[in-house]
Amino acid sequence: MSESEKPVSLQSTVRLCAMVFFVIVCATSGMIATSFAHLGDGWTLKVALILCIAVVNAFFVAGYLMHLLSEKKLVYTVLAFTVFFFIGLMGLTVWAMGDFPLGTATH
Amino acid sequence: MEIPYTVTNRPDTGIYNAKLGIWLFLASEVMLFGGLFSAYVLLRVGAAPGDWPHGWLNVTLGTINTLLLAMSAITTLLAWAACKVRDFTKFKIFHACTIVLALTFLGIKSYEYHDKLIHYEIQLTNGKIADGHMVAESKDFDLAKKIGSVTIEGHIVEDRREIIDLRSPEARAAKHEEITIAATDIKKMGNYGPAHNTFTAIYFTLTGLHALHILGGTLVIFYLWGPGSRMWKTDPERFTNRIEVSGLFWHFVDLVWIFLFPVLYLT
Repeated sequence: MSESEKPVSLQSTVRLCAMVFFVIVCATSGMIATSFAHLGDGWTLKVALILCIAVVNAFFVAGYLMHLLSEKKLVYTVLAFTVFFFIGLMGLTVWAMGDFPLGTATH
Repeated sequence: MEIPYTVTNRPDTGIYNAKLGIWLFLASEVMLFGGLFSAYVLLRVGAAPGDWPHGWLNVTLGTINTLLLAMSAITTLLAWAACKVRDFTKFKIFHACTIVLALTFLGIKSYEYHDKLIHYEIQLTNGKIADGHMVAESKDFDLAKKIGSVTIEGHIVEDRREIIDLRSPEARAAKHEEITIAATDIKKMGNYGPAHNTFTAIYFTLTGLHALHILGGTLVIFYLWGPGSRMWKTDPERFTNRIEVSGLFWHFVDLVWIFLFPVLYLT
């Protein structure tokens, strides 16, 4: 049984929402603090840290608010395909980063 | 004709049809935004060192919008939970909160857009650059005919790099004042709209598409809150499923913003 099919009580949902909102507030504060922190010349490190926090934030929204932690197998299958194609999309973009057409100024 | 599996789960999929439909739609949405995010990565990594803008967006407003969307996602879930426990009054209250929060988000976004559209970079004939918000144009101002003048609230810089990184100590120390510039002293001027540079182009494209999703979602939620809520009297189970499906879309829109905010405002 998926989460959305289980019996629901408003009190437990309010508690869940409070927890998720607290996480979002903490994660947002963490991202802003990281953005303004002095990490030397570590721009890549800074971006990686911020994106990691964003992924944690997204996990709580998708997992708890969208009930993705307890969904049916078909939904996971659809999402598995999506993740595969998304990684392919990003992977091809990064892979093609240095492929400048012949004759262009950057080549 | 009755539409099958709007309330009960299909035996083969295990979920009702609308839920499968929204997940397939969200999968396509991931690819839509994914394409734009990959375009952002290309532009960002491909930019020459020191050419990519920093601090051009208002972090305070972005943070407020993040919290507004988070709160609206929560009120959406609470509206669905209220339907599940058959409390229609609370459903109405929670969904009304969602609509108000969504409209506030759009209001703040509009303010941010307006701020960019009245912000001008003016290249002067002496090689310097005037940068600031438009205060007034003289009635006869015509740049092509070199007539009249413009007044901006901003400052004049020697080098363009001084207005690229607004988080730098120099940029923070800059004094902004009202400057009136004659049309004869202006070589070229343009606002910080989508055509200004690649950053503003991708900023307006990503946030504009996201804002359209917010607008569309708000219209659906408004319909379900208003005229669409009549279904509650005839088929409350199906109505509850509609609220769940619209809520899934709304949470997805929140998810997109969770990545847009750090990528555009913080990095």
